[in-house]
Amino acid sequence: MGLNISLAPEVIFHIGSFPITNAFFVSIFVTVIVLAVFLLIANRFQTVPTRFQALVEILFEEAFDFVESIIGNREKAKRIFPLVFTMFIFILFANLLTYIPGQAAVTLKTEEGVMPLFRAAMADYGVVFMMTMVSVILMQIVAIAVHGPFGYLGKFFNFKGPLDFFLGLMDIVGEIAKIVSLSFRLFGNIFAGEVLGAVMLFLAPYFIPLPFMFLGLLTAFVQAFVFSVLTLVFISMASTIEEDELVEEASI
Amino acid sequence: MEAEVYKYLAAGLAIGLGAIGSAIGEGMIGSKALEAIGRNPETSGKITPLMFVAMAVTESTAIYALVVALIILFG
Repeated sequence: MGLNISLAPEVIFHIGSFPITNAFFVSIFVTVIVLAVFLLIANRFQTVPTRFQALVEILFEEAFDFVESIIGNREKAKRIFPLVFTMFIFILFANLLTYIPGQAAVTLKTEEGVMPLFRAAMADYGVVFMMTMVSVILMQIVAIAVHGPFGYLGKFFNFKGPLDFFLGLMDIVGEIAKIVSLSFRLFGNIFAGEVLGAVMLFLAPYFIPLPFMFLGLLTAFVQAFVFSVLTLVFISMASTIEEDELVEEASI
Repeated sequence: MEAEVYKYLAAGLAIGLGAIGSAIGEGMIGSKALEAIGRNPETSGKITPLMFVAMAVTESTAIYALVVALIILFG
């Protein structure tokens, strides 16, 4: 018996010539489940909450207060909260799905062999990369909207002096590094968790892997939290005008 | 030695050397956060999420090394 670990997700079937991988399938599956649960609660909204509704309300309130405390402004928080909280819920559910017992046994027979139907969606770089691109592109849009197109470009191409010019170019590298750091952090953690679980199960079955799975549960929560909070922090950084800029505008 | 051996050696070296820096950094963050909570226990609710975010940022260099090692092994 060998270890079966692959970096690329397995193709489970084709629609036309479009390959459907199991990571894609899981992300759609999670989206449908999350939508169904929250739509059900929204439809049965009562003044006197049931126990489950109260739980969801507490979750939303706490999350909103946290977002407000980081971004420091209720109006801004209202605008950014839906995106950040959706990211958090989606990543959390996609990560926790892999800890449901028995789901790894569900397989599908294809032409290339037997493929598992479920896979940690965040252990596929494509899914993580798309989510990162959403947040990074949004950061740039927010920065352009707040500073104006010329103010935005002026941050990168600064001709006040050789040092400022160099620092401006470094900012471009910084923006590109954000893509790499945000996406690799989530992908690396979840994929490493999967590999660790598989290796421990391979070396010493049944009881030794349990502590590692608890660690994986912690990682699943913390990484969902970190991804959404970092998106929030980057966007709030892009949406604030630095003090020296304000001084400059005042002096003009 | 065969190419396969170099592959495993490279993966081990990549993650082993890459983890040193972020291990030191995370240790410092954890110790400082605990120190702060010890001095002022009421702030633990505020410090803990910030500690996790700071740790995740520090961790990223180790994660790059890990991703490189995993790509060498399984890619």
